[in-house]
Amino acid sequence: MIKLSDNKNVNTAIKLSVVVVAMFAFVFVVMVPLYDVLCDALGINGKTSGERYQAVEIKVDKSRNIDIQFMASNNAGMPWEFSPSQSVVRVNPGAVNNTMFYAKNPLAKNMVAQAIPSVSPARAAEYFHKTECFCFNQQPLDGGEEVNMALQFIVDQDLPKDIKTITLSYTLFDVTDMVANNPVVVR
Amino acid sequence: MGDHHHGPAKGLMRWITTTNHKDIGTLYLWFSFAMFILGGSFAMIIRAELFQPGMQLVDPGFFNQMTTMHGLVMVFGAIMPSFVGLANWLIPMMIGAPDMALPRMNNFSFWILPFAFTVLASSLFMEGGAPNFGWTFYAPLSTTYAPPSVTYFIFGVHLMGLSSIMGSINIIATVTNLRAPGMSYMKMPLFVWTWLITAFLLIAVMPVLAGLVTMMLMDIHFGTSFFSAAGGGDPVLFQHIFWFFGHPEVYIIILPAFGVISQIIPTFSRKRLFGYDSMVYATSSIAFLSFIVWAHHMYTVGMPIAGELFFMYATMLIAVPTGVKVFNWVTTMWRGSMTFETPMLFAIGFVVLFTVGGFTGLMLSIAPSDFQYHDSYFVVAHFHYVMVAGAVFSMSAAVYYWLPKWCGKMYNETMGKAQFWISFLSFNVAFFPQHFVGLAGMPRRIPDYALQFTDFNMMSSVGAFIYGASQIMFLFIVIRTIVAGKPVSDPKVWEGAEGLEWEVATPAPYHTFTTPPDVK
Repeated sequence: MIKLSDNKNVNTAIKLSVVVVAMFAFVFVVMVPLYDVLCDALGINGKTSGERYQAVEIKVDKSRNIDIQFMASNNAGMPWEFSPSQSVVRVNPGAVNNTMFYAKNPLAKNMVAQAIPSVSPARAAEYFHKTECFCFNQQPLDGGEEVNMALQFIVDQDLPKDIKTITLSYTLFDVTDMVANNPVVVR
Repeated sequence: MGDHHHGPAKGLMRWITTTNHKDIGTLYLWFSFAMFILGGSFAMIIRAELFQPGMQLVDPGFFNQMTTMHGLVMVFGAIMPSFVGLANWLIPMMIGAPDMALPRMNNFSFWILPFAFTVLASSLFMEGGAPNFGWTFYAPLSTTYAPPSVTYFIFGVHLMGLSSIMGSINIIATVTNLRAPGMSYMKMPLFVWTWLITAFLLIAVMPVLAGLVTMMLMDIHFGTSFFSAAGGGDPVLFQHIFWFFGHPEVYIIILPAFGVISQIIPTFSRKRLFGYDSMVYATSSIAFLSFIVWAHHMYTVGMPIAGELFFMYATMLIAVPTGVKVFNWVTTMWRGSMTFETPMLFAIGFVVLFTVGGFTGLMLSIAPSDFQYHDSYFVVAHFHYVMVAGAVFSMSAAVYYWLPKWCGKMYNETMGKAQFWISFLSFNVAFFPQHFVGLAGMPRRIPDYALQFTDFNMMSSVGAFIYGASQIMFLFIVIRTIVAGKPVSDPKVWEGAEGLEWEVATPAPYHTFTTPPDVK
């Protein structure tokens, strides 16, 4: 046994304190990153990858159609107008698709928003790839300004056969204060 | 024997500077009882408001503060410190040690607590009120939407976590290093075993709680986004971390209670504990399983089906070691020469009612049906059966059982039995109907309810008031015993009692086992 002190009680206490510090660190350096990794890998909570998808060899699967439904909602207290330009599109797996989301800041003040995506069913999340998305960046709008925000996506050819409809939902968060207080770019 | 050591110092400084395990045990016990009364008075406000539908006494915001503070004070202020008090009093005497291993740290870990709870309770008088987000303090209720006093709550949780961790380190050091010669691990009384395992659980999960509230602090004040979706975080992460702490926490509360019951039932059955070894292994398995079942508190949060199934089966598995314990207690009583003094009544009440709570726990463990029970009064009924009829009953049993040893006076048996029956009956009147209103759809943490729940809620409130009064009666009995109880001098006190603590004089002298006993 490692001996850290001549007093065996102090010795035990020091060893146990190491466990305590290790468990405290465990929360930050293991649990939080592990949760993010697991959610990304398994699509838990309908989390889609926040990274730009690098297209692999694309083979368009003409044999089946997938309905992609779009939803746009505001987080509590967010006053922007926010809506998809199309509520549903029918796509083939493997094909590159483009659509737009409309946003308008109706207030007189300048604001910054962040859209957070979620895919349902959660099982489909890992097969839904975004090559270009307004959710990759924050969206600043001056008072009264409006914008059409681009989304480009590919549904993976390997999408399980039983999934015929995928719902992509965006929630728009007001991050004006967060950006003002903490100019680090958040995802 | 050199037993003419200095006795206790006189006056207030005795209690502030003491390093004696018995003094510190006493401090813990009185402090936890004070917190029990405080948390209980919050419960009385809750039940008074729920006596009738509609808003009668308090506004909904204050009601939320009451449910939150009731849970926090009872879990962290009443139940946990009460068992630490028992551990301080009994573990050194049970293993033949002269004191706790680290007496000064022992003093420190107690004296943090009054400050921690002053910080927490002071939030009641602050602008915006006390924490109102439930004792589980889910984000974003406790971050984005929290009252400003949440920072005091965080600081209070840090302090009480520090106290628990130091207390646990002390208990582990005492048990591993200070056992009398011949006292092998498998000869230790079961109360010592359950506390040793509990202390390891505390060391493993209290830092997780500390990390969690630290993240909240950073989210609130330093612009991080651990739990804010807008910044790339996730509120569900909060629930996972909370219950990774929270599930072991419920075993931290109940394992020492198992230990107490395993001491008392053999005494009054006049038999050895049935299946000692299996009790030790069952306790260890429960402790291990407690780390892999946390998500059964959050079935409805949106988990993959594989996750739901894993947590469901792992949770059901806990019924096996717990069942081993219940059957061992029953088998210990089987064909014993049983007598029914007050501690035994509470112990049997514990076994019966804890089993009821265990069964409702099994119902809740079933993921598909939990979607119906989730966040309903059924859950409230379930955890009060295991917390009150479990932890609090065992604590009452422990006080009646060891009080004569502590102060050399016997409590009044008639009053003790009356107190048991009043609390047993009123407890069931208070909490049994909550199963029904819960199954019928009454949500928890709600100040108003639909008319059809009125009768059961009235019953529940009446039971709760009587139960509250029975605890004042308990206080009266204890004080009366200390002041005017009939003196006892037999070291054994109880005919069937076994163990080292019954070999020292009654009342227990200020210093015991300054020379280690010989354990055969």
